[in-house]
Amino acid sequence: MAAVPASPKDPLQPLRLGTDNTPWWAHAIKWGLLGLILLAGAYVIQRVISNGSWLGVVITAFIVMCVLAVYSTRRAVPMKYLLPGLILLVTLQIWPIVYTVSTAFTNYGQGHTLSKEDATARTIADSVQEIPGSERYKMSVAVKEGGDPTTAELFMLLVKPDGTLHVGSKDGLTDLAKDGVEVGGTGKITKAPGYTVLNAKQGNARSKDLDALTVPVGKQGGLKAVGLSQAFEGAPTITYDAKADTLTQVKDGKTTVYVPKNAYWSPKDGGQALPTGWKENVGFKNFSNLLTNETIRAGFLKIFLWNVAFAAISVLSTFFLGMLLALLFNDDKLKGKGIYRSILILPYAIPGFVTALVWASMFNQDFGLVNSLTHLHIDWLGNAWAAKAAILITNLWLGFPYMFLVCTGALQSIPSDVKEAAKIDGANAFRTLRSIIMPLLLVAVGPLLIASFAFNFNNFSLIYLLTQGGPFNASDTSIGSTDLLITYAFRLAFSGASPNIGLASAVCIFIFMIVAAMSYSGFRRTASLEEIN
Amino acid sequence: MSNVADAAIAVPESRSVTVKSSPRPATGAWWRHLLGLLALIWALFPIVFLVSAAINPAGSLETSSLIPKHMSLANFHTLFADTSRPYTSWYKNSMIIALSGALGSVFIGACAAYAFSRMRFQGRRPGLLALLLLQMFPAMLTFPALYLTFANLGDVIPALGLNSIWALILCYLGGAMGANVWLLKGYFDTIPKELDEAAKVDGASHARIFFTMTLRLVMPILVTVFMLSFVGLFSEFLLASIFLRNVDSQTLGVGLYTMTIGNEKNRLFGQFASGALLASLPVVLLYLGFQKYLVGGMTQGSVK
Repeated sequence: MAAVPASPKDPLQPLRLGTDNTPWWAHAIKWGLLGLILLAGAYVIQRVISNGSWLGVVITAFIVMCVLAVYSTRRAVPMKYLLPGLILLVTLQIWPIVYTVSTAFTNYGQGHTLSKEDATARTIADSVQEIPGSERYKMSVAVKEGGDPTTAELFMLLVKPDGTLHVGSKDGLTDLAKDGVEVGGTGKITKAPGYTVLNAKQGNARSKDLDALTVPVGKQGGLKAVGLSQAFEGAPTITYDAKADTLTQVKDGKTTVYVPKNAYWSPKDGGQALPTGWKENVGFKNFSNLLTNETIRAGFLKIFLWNVAFAAISVLSTFFLGMLLALLFNDDKLKGKGIYRSILILPYAIPGFVTALVWASMFNQDFGLVNSLTHLHIDWLGNAWAAKAAILITNLWLGFPYMFLVCTGALQSIPSDVKEAAKIDGANAFRTLRSIIMPLLLVAVGPLLIASFAFNFNNFSLIYLLTQGGPFNASDTSIGSTDLLITYAFRLAFSGASPNIGLASAVCIFIFMIVAAMSYSGFRRTASLEEIN
Repeated sequence: MSNVADAAIAVPESRSVTVKSSPRPATGAWWRHLLGLLALIWALFPIVFLVSAAINPAGSLETSSLIPKHMSLANFHTLFADTSRPYTSWYKNSMIIALSGALGSVFIGACAAYAFSRMRFQGRRPGLLALLLLQMFPAMLTFPALYLTFANLGDVIPALGLNSIWALILCYLGGAMGANVWLLKGYFDTIPKELDEAAKVDGASHARIFFTMTLRLVMPILVTVFMLSFVGLFSEFLLASIFLRNVDSQTLGVGLYTMTIGNEKNRLFGQFASGALLASLPVVLLYLGFQKYLVGGMTQGSVK
């Protein structure tokens, strides 16, 4: 009896016979990676601070602290496995959703990217005009020593008319010590310690950045470059009255008062607004525009209907063809099924962008394969209905192999005894198909049909690469005949004459709601959710 | 050839019952082959067109045809020699994006599935349900926000701004955990827990069990998820076209698209076709070589 070893203190804890024999290099890798993350975090924080974004500092520091807290201790074991995915999920999936929603309630877009303060400051800086009779500075363009002349921040090295030396940057004007500074024959600075003076060619390449540079002087004045060798000190013609929230412009002896209107500074008495607008909250205006604005609503409704029709017809046509082929080859005695299957899978295996681009060429009116084989002269991509047909044909070619594979799998899983039972009961082949095989098949592939519908509902690349949403109506170029909601949103955000990201986000949210409603119906039917283990 | 047993049972339609066991040759199958042939023609003619356009020495859309009249590799030479359309860079970018994106997805998904399958912790069930819910919101629908975020991020960290393929990969990884965790967890659950417990008794840490044992046992599902991610990322177009504006940092999809728009599209057609043909190779070979893995994964809810 005495020989029985002492029982462990906690009977639920398994006996630890061996020791934790983690090899030393595993620890080395772990701590090395943690060190790297710390370094990367320090680098990012330093960059973010120099950019002046405090929110960025907080977020980065929080992430690094989470990583350290989870991996440097022995606790929180599940978190060690979840954290990488979780960080990416929150920053790159949840945050963009929140950001999209909040953007949908703004007018963000062309001419509306700045805050009102910044837009006002920009407007005032842009209005700087040379004070008549004032003397010009001699100027050379430079970057900090070691900076890349093509991208680094620009500085103006200035010689004032009274001979004193200064450095101008976007933050203001500072004095330049005389030691080591060389002034050339034209009176310009040619060399200064700590700076690299750009030559004429390098300066020319940066002329756009130079134009945008205003060195603030005094309260509202500023220095602006003229060409590459002179700068003038000017005063703004516009002043801001914070109390009344108005801008007053005095120019050529005329006084104009601007008031905020539609996120632009507009003249009080009507007329052309100033070009720089700002981003502001517009509430539900983007949504109500989609539903009530006559021109937008008509196009939006048209796109929505075609979007639903496109997804539905695509699913039905690919399913029908795929099922027929699956039934055709669902015969044990048929030889060469493997070869058929390998070849029929090819259209699905080819990357989607190649398919769309090749079919776009085949539908070319003058030289395309489709017209030359059929001896037709249809303007496939230029006629609204022909373009719709072209898209559906392409998607049928692209999608039927998937349905073929899925149906083949489902057919093979139907037990043969029910088919035999039907035969014994005297059902003919058609009756067996209709009453036995089809119902069982649909139960098996039903969820996949819904998934396929949801996928095609947002099939951006097919439409965009085949027709770009066109052909477009001459009277309203914002609405294409084959546009899906997502290609419409894409064009609103990026390629129109005046991008409107706010409205595009509103369209995206609309798509969200439709897709969520579809998924929800599937979600409720998934009984297995009740038994997560 | 009468069968005594069948006659004894005297089933009214004995022929139809015995049809399975009779060694009758498939004489009635010719119409199946005929229809099968039609299906093959339908599936193959665009591919034949693509191949013949790629080897057509004249190299323009006007001279292209279904059956090539002459053959040459001229289009491939122009494709690789064209410095304003750096095809090899596009190919490299696409491969880097698809390979590292798929590897990252598999790793993140496998880690999460291991936690959800093997450990019990607070928030496990809500976490799983939340991941399922998040799947309802496709990441590509947030493209306005992703664009704005990365345009701003590029001002702070240039290596992660627009035009960086690493920023794009990061974007793709955002959905990695949600997209695959259910599929992976299902497979992890089929590996007996007793194996983990035995290893634990032998003194192995959770990390050791995960990296040296569990990952090997679930290899088939990892291969499936890797390939589905690879195929999906290789063909992705929307985010790639927003992010990658520099001609050198573009992917095959974005680059080939730029060859088909504009005034030169007819002249460039041969060059485009040879490029498209080469671009299709990795994915087609994957499909043909690993049909079983991919088809298995597809029927569990993934759609291209």
